[in-house]
Amino acid sequence: MSGRVLVGVKRVIDYAVKIRVKPDHSGVVTDGVKHSMNPFCEIAVEEAVKLKEKKLMKEVVVVSCGPQQSQETIRTALAMGADRGIHVEVSGKDYETLGPLQVSKILAALAKKEDAQLIILGKQAIDDDCNQTGQMTAALLDWPQGTFASEVSLEKDGIKVVREIDGGLETIKISTPAVLTADLRLNTPRYATLPNIMKAKKKKIANVKPADLGVDLTSRLEVLRVDEPPQRQAGMKVETVDDLVSKLKDAGKV
Amino acid sequence: MALRSAVHRLLVLPHRCALVSACRAQGTAAATRHDAERFEQKAKAPKVQFDWRDALDLEGQLTEEEVMIRDSFRTYCQEKLMPRILMANRREVFHREIVSEMGDMGVLGPTIKGYGCAGTSYVAYGLIAREVERVDSGYRSVMSVQSSLVMHPINAYGTEEQKQKYLPRLARGEILGCFGLTEPNHGSDPSGMETRAKYNPSSGTYSLTGSKTWITNSPVADIAVVWAKCEDGKVRGFILERGMKGFSTPKIEGKFSLRASATGMILMDEVEVPEENLLPKVTGLGGPFGCLNNARYGIAWGALGAAEFCFHAARQYTLDRIQFGVPLARNQLIQKKMADMLTEITVGLQSCLQLGRLIDEKNLLLIIIKNTSKSCTKKKKNSLGKIDHNGNK
Repeated sequence: MSGRVLVGVKRVIDYAVKIRVKPDHSGVVTDGVKHSMNPFCEIAVEEAVKLKEKKLMKEVVVVSCGPQQSQETIRTALAMGADRGIHVEVSGKDYETLGPLQVSKILAALAKKEDAQLIILGKQAIDDDCNQTGQMTAALLDWPQGTFASEVSLEKDGIKVVREIDGGLETIKISTPAVLTADLRLNTPRYATLPNIMKAKKKKIANVKPADLGVDLTSRLEVLRVDEPPQRQAGMKVETVDDLVSKLKDAGKV
Repeated sequence: MALRSAVHRLLVLPHRCALVSACRAQGTAAATRHDAERFEQKAKAPKVQFDWRDALDLEGQLTEEEVMIRDSFRTYCQEKLMPRILMANRREVFHREIVSEMGDMGVLGPTIKGYGCAGTSYVAYGLIAREVERVDSGYRSVMSVQSSLVMHPINAYGTEEQKQKYLPRLARGEILGCFGLTEPNHGSDPSGMETRAKYNPSSGTYSLTGSKTWITNSPVADIAVVWAKCEDGKVRGFILERGMKGFSTPKIEGKFSLRASATGMILMDEVEVPEENLLPKVTGLGGPFGCLNNARYGIAWGALGAAEFCFHAARQYTLDRIQFGVPLARNQLIQKKMADMLTEITVGLQSCLQLGRLIDEKNLLLIIIKNTSKSCTKKKKNSLGKIDHNGNK
C-alpha cells in the first residue's frame, strides 16, 4: 500500500527539567524552560519514517499545534526524515486551553484535507498524560485505532498491531485508513544526523489557522488550580508485625 | 553566604522582591509605592533569569540549526559515548566503532562542502567538538584529527581524484586517518624535520624515509597524511596507505592521559608513495599549519566543553558532600572558585562563538585562533584543578 502518513508531534517541557508551579497556581512555569518533542511523538515519527524507508508509505507529513516555537519541534521531525510539516497556529489564551479534543478535531480535518491513509501519534504527552488524542481522532474520523502499539506491520489486508495492555500483549488486525498510537517499545528513535538537519532547512512547513480548517477551539474544561504533589512524608519503623497491624488499623487502612 | 542567598532569592523568587524592597524602604511612603509599582511591572514582564548553565545566553546567539545540531549530538554523546569512557580510559582501550558512529551522525569533516560531508558552519563544528570533549578529550582528539588534520588537508590541498577517493570514506568513518608532522627530534621546530621524500622519475613515485611520533590514531589508521621535506628543501604533504611496504605504526603504550585514544609513531623505511598521492596545492609549512589552525579552533571549544563538565561535576559534588555538618558548597572559598570557573567558561564560550562567526563570515587571522585556543585550554586546566581532594572529576 502506498500513501500518506500524518504524524502529530507535541512540544512539551523537556523530561529532564524540574517542573515548578507558578506562584498564582494557574499552571506550571514555562518561560525560559527547556522544551523538546514529546518522547512518544519521537517514537511515532521514527515509525512513520521507517515505513517510508521500507517503501510502505509514500510521504510523511508532520503536524504540530501551538505557538511559533512549535516550528522547532516540526523541524526536529523533518531532520529525522519527515517530508514536510504543517504548523497549526494556536497561541495565547487558545493555546493555554488547547487539549486533546481540539487537537483531535484539527487532526481529523487535516487527515481529510491531506488524504492521509494513516495517522500515527504518541500514546500520550508527558505534560498532561491525557492519552486521549489518538482515540478521539479515530472516533471523529470513524477510523479503527491501534493504541499502545509496540509492534506494527502493514499487510495486504490491513494493519497488524501488537498492543501493550495490562494483561500482556494483544494482537489485533485493523483495516486502513487507521489511527495508531505509539508506545515505548515500538522502536528506538534515531539521532538526527547533521546532513539531515541541514536538509531539514529546505523542507517546507505550511502555516495553517484552526479557523481555516473549520475547527472551534473553545474548551469544555477549565483549570481551577494547579498544585505540587504533597511532600513525601517520612516513613515509620516498627518493631514487630503486631505493631505494624495496629498502626495500619489506626490509620484506617485495614 | 547570607548575601548570596539574598541575591538568590531576589533573582529566583521575584514575588518576594516586593517584601525585600519594602523592608529596606521603610519609612517613606513614596518609596514603598514606587517599589510596589516596580513589583507590578516585574510580575508582568517575562523574566530573563540568570542561568548558571548559560550565564550570557549563548543559546540565544545560535541559529536554530546550530541548536538542533548541538542537541542531537549532545544526546548521542551522553547516551552512547559517556557509558564507554570510564573503562576505556582505565584500560587504555580505543573503541574504533565510535569513528563509524560519528560518521553515521555526519559529524566528521562537518565544514567540508560535498563529498558526503555536511557542509555546516564553523560554529556548528565548535559545538560538536564541545559536546565530544564533554565526554572525553581523547574522543575529541580522534574527531579533530579525522576532521581537521586528515579531511581538511585533502579537501584544501588535494586533487579532485584524491578528494573523491578518500573524503566520502573518511566522512563515513569507514577509514581512519592520522597526521604525521611531529618527529622524535623535532616537535616545536617542524621546519627542522628529518623525514625525506626522494622522487624516482622512473617509477613516478616518492620514497619516504623518516619517523614521526605522538601521532593520534596512527596504530589503527588506514591512511596517514605525512609531511616530508623534498629534495628542493620544501615541505610537502603525502597520503600514505596502510599496506605500503616499509610503513609501520607502533603504538605508544602507558600514557597517563588521553588514554581512550590510540597514539603511536609512523616509521617509514623507503616507503614507495605514488606521485598521485602528493598533495599538490601547497608547499611549505603553511600546509600543516593551516590544518593545525583548523584543529586548534575546534580544540578551543572542546576545552570549554571539558571545563563545563568539570564545573558541573564539582558543583554537584560540593553540594552533596557534607563535612563538619554542612555541604562543602557552604564555604566561601569554594563559592569563589565556582564563580571564577563560571565566569571564565562563559567568557571563553563568547570568544569562541565570535571566533567561529568571524571564520564563517570572513576567514580569519591565525593569531586570534592561537590565543583563544591557548586561553581556553588554560581555563580547562584551571577547572580541572578545582575538583575536591577525593580526586572526583
